[in-house]
Amino acid sequence: MSRIAAFIFRRKGRNGWHWTDIVTWIWLVGGLLIMFGPAVWLVGSSFKSPAALAEFPPTILPYVTQKATVEGYDKPLDLYDATLPDGSKAVLAEVRRIGVISQMVDPEKPGEIIKVNISQRTPVRTMAFATTNYTEPFTQFDFVRYLWNSVFVTVTATLITLVVNSMAAFALSKYEFRGRTFAMLLILATLMVPLSVIMVPLYSIVSALGLFNNLWGVILPTVATPTGVFILRQYMLTIPDELIDAARMDKASEWQIYWRIVLPLTAPALAVLAIFSVVWRWNDFLWPLIVLSRKELYTLQVGLSIYSGELNVQWHFILAMTVVTMIPVVLVFIFLQRFITTGIAGTGLK
Amino acid sequence: MKAETPRPAGSGFGEAIMVPVRLAMGLVDAPLRWVQRRLGIGGMAAFFLLPNMLIFGIFVLLPFFINFAYSMTGGTALFLDDRTFVGTDQYARLFDCSNYIDPNSCTEDTFWTAVGNTAWFVVLQVTLMILFSLITALILNRELMARSFWRAVFFFPVLLSPVVVGLIWKWILQRQGLLNFALYGFGFEPYTWLNDRNWAFAAAVGVSIWAHMGFYTLILLAGLQAIPKDLYEAAEMDGTRPARAFWRITLPLLMPNLLVVIVLVLIRAVQIFDEVYVLTGGGPGTSTLYLTQYIYETGFATQLRNPGLAAAASILMGMVLVVLTLIQLGLGRSSEKKGSRK
Repeated sequence: MSRIAAFIFRRKGRNGWHWTDIVTWIWLVGGLLIMFGPAVWLVGSSFKSPAALAEFPPTILPYVTQKATVEGYDKPLDLYDATLPDGSKAVLAEVRRIGVISQMVDPEKPGEIIKVNISQRTPVRTMAFATTNYTEPFTQFDFVRYLWNSVFVTVTATLITLVVNSMAAFALSKYEFRGRTFAMLLILATLMVPLSVIMVPLYSIVSALGLFNNLWGVILPTVATPTGVFILRQYMLTIPDELIDAARMDKASEWQIYWRIVLPLTAPALAVLAIFSVVWRWNDFLWPLIVLSRKELYTLQVGLSIYSGELNVQWHFILAMTVVTMIPVVLVFIFLQRFITTGIAGTGLK
Repeated sequence: MKAETPRPAGSGFGEAIMVPVRLAMGLVDAPLRWVQRRLGIGGMAAFFLLPNMLIFGIFVLLPFFINFAYSMTGGTALFLDDRTFVGTDQYARLFDCSNYIDPNSCTEDTFWTAVGNTAWFVVLQVTLMILFSLITALILNRELMARSFWRAVFFFPVLLSPVVVGLIWKWILQRQGLLNFALYGFGFEPYTWLNDRNWAFAAAVGVSIWAHMGFYTLILLAGLQAIPKDLYEAAEMDGTRPARAFWRITLPLLMPNLLVVIVLVLIRAVQIFDEVYVLTGGGPGTSTLYLTQYIYETGFATQLRNPGLAAAASILMGMVLVVLTLIQLGLGRSSEKKGSRK
């Protein structure tokens, strides 16, 4: 009996706690932490000042040490809560530190130096969001430029993908012609030729076409996606041929049939492909890295990787720019995730 | 997907954007009617197919064939007609080893290091990826509260760009990063994980699993949900133990999906590049240098670049991928047949 009971609990999990229920919840909560934690940590870190980023152990929230301008000193000094040798407490500014002794002054009476052991002082800290991490890259680096390049590549490539793929899908689903199977196989075969295999000759072709260091060199090789043709074709096959025949009777041209009848009916599949295409093109990395060598042409992904690979990584800017790069994809995730998951489960494409 | 009903295009804004598009498409119609008169209705099929095929031809098929010619030439020149024919020298150079187990005994020692690293990476990553995504799919297939939320949790990293993934983890594995912070709580000293050869390799495997696990989980979950529930009910009535039900019902019926996923993971793992390149740059030393990075650096990035050698290496990798893809397509077809028989 107990075995049967265990079996019921495993599947229903309502009448008590089976060990599999515990494993399930450990796995789910652990998954929640591991999957979202890193991104949350990134966003939190992106609001920290460079000094706070260099700290160990780090704080969860962004804190900065308060500073005060003291008469007689050029730079603002760090403020500390210090316990004085006589046991009283005061807020003092640190002038310099020698070994374990910190030389401090009272901001009110700057003349007199007070010596305090460093174990007797704690910095005065307040929470502050370093929004300059976000604003400065726009002026210091060509960040606006990269953003624009990325948007341009993503939008243009997606539009062309939709038009070109839907035209091919229309031809492959609604016409009988010699070589249709061959064309399908050819498209299928391109799945076997990923970028990593053909990047060297592709580079020479793109250069020969004068598209090296040109955003069109990034866009064009990516637009004829085999997966796009497939989902659109599968969808168009479900559109009844009678509709098309009726339109032909009414003297509609083939272009009108494609544009006025088939495309609107394919809208759901087009939406799925559009979402995928936006994510693909926004995230593309290796090919833009090869084609674009002039700084002003970098996409966000390339710019980020180049700056993060420098010897002196300015993490406070990198983190903020990473967050900005993440935003469109996170928006897609929040609002359009349903389309993507059904798309993947239905076709197994990515 | 078919369940989605098209939304009525009623919004005023949407209509407004469509006006110029409508106009443009209408203007295209007149010349295309002329084309249609010349080609006939059947000929229009070719017209619709042309742009896609042209792009495929120029940017996929042409490079695919040129690649073979490329791999037979030497020098650093970019265009094929400026390059000197060297026959199979590039391949000979890649395979010039006195001891194939030891990469240092080869002329192209980095190539063999990359091959070895990639092989290890594939073995580890594919095993763990399948294990984790299968467990996650099984758990998500239980009767859960808010299942779509939990599914979304595991899916989230899939959408992130490899550069973002690489940077997120590079930041966490820093000396003053989150991992050291967490370990510090247990009394460990901070450690620079990515400067350690073994830990960097482990990080590459772990991060790539983190980033892609949700995708495979989704496919496996779809497979699990397609298993008829009455099979389990019947097993339950016969008093079958859960473990036995898993081995006798779940696994055999999931097998077609599982095989497709295994091959997909394999195909992706062999080509691993982006996130690891951003995370470790192939380092420390050559400990996380994988094949695609070798091809990229040999072909473009280094001073001593040798596109011919890179092309030869990419053809070798391509052969592995073709075999894997053919297996995948075969599997997909056989599972489709099974599905239609049901």
